[in-house]
Amino acid sequence: MSLSAKQKATVKDFFSKMSTRSDDIGAEALSRLVAVYPQTKSYFAHWKEATPGSAPVRKHGITIMGGVYDAVGKIDDLKGGLLSLSELHAFMLRVDPVNFKLLAHCMLVCMSMIFPEEFTPQVHVAVDKFLAQLALALCEKYR
Amino acid sequence: MVEWTDSERAIINSIFSNLDYEEIGRKSLCRCLIVYPWTQRYFGGFGNLYNAETILCNPLIAAHGTKILHGLDRALKNMDDIKNTYAELSLLHSDKLHVDPDNFRLLADCLTVVIAAKMGAAFTVDTQVAWQKFLSVVVSALGRQYH
Repeated sequence: MSLSAKQKATVKDFFSKMSTRSDDIGAEALSRLVAVYPQTKSYFAHWKEATPGSAPVRKHGITIMGGVYDAVGKIDDLKGGLLSLSELHAFMLRVDPVNFKLLAHCMLVCMSMIFPEEFTPQVHVAVDKFLAQLALALCEKYR
Repeated sequence: MVEWTDSERAIINSIFSNLDYEEIGRKSLCRCLIVYPWTQRYFGGFGNLYNAETILCNPLIAAHGTKILHGLDRALKNMDDIKNTYAELSLLHSDKLHVDPDNFRLLADCLTVVIAAKMGAAFTVDTQVAWQKFLSVVVSALGRQYH
């Protein structure tokens, strides 16, 4: 399920439109992840708190979103471009890949909330595919 | 049995009482067919599904989206026994329609995205938690009678 040239352009265009609110979307998405899927809090046991809307969750959501934006710039070679991030996730963080899908869903919900007109079904499918490809690239070094 | 807090019940009831079934039903089913095109396998008799534009204009799909959404009314009226409420519908989807139950989850995700777009900031974290809990109970009930 790789991205067509048109879908890559759609992703770049939408992320560009989204850039003024990218911090909000990142922070909200991670807040919703830990709220809707409480099992994901298991990765944040080392924080003082991992409640939705809390400072560490918001800050980390922004960090993650920064990584996603970086990946947009590497959309033509995600596996190559994200090698070191993949090593980080494989050997240090060891996040179960099922959680990438859950976070992607929360990101899509936030995008839809904040950009209801722009987040058309065509944009939705392109972004969903991109996030899935991103997750695959992050899993590259897992085994 | 699933436990619902008063707050969760209020949130779910509020969403449904403000719901435009035609708009949200149509948009959700169309989005599902576009975002997850393999779901089109169940709609062979529904006319032109050639691309996103034709799907979005297809009146048979629109009508079916509304029908599906009204199917959720049963869960709303029987929140304390959703499992048994959908026993018959589950058998129908298994034995007659032969729908892979994973599709219920895909449609539920699209419904969530569409409702989020409609509600905007009103789709708070607590609202999403309650809404997705409701949908996951429905999805589970619909898959339960498969054999």
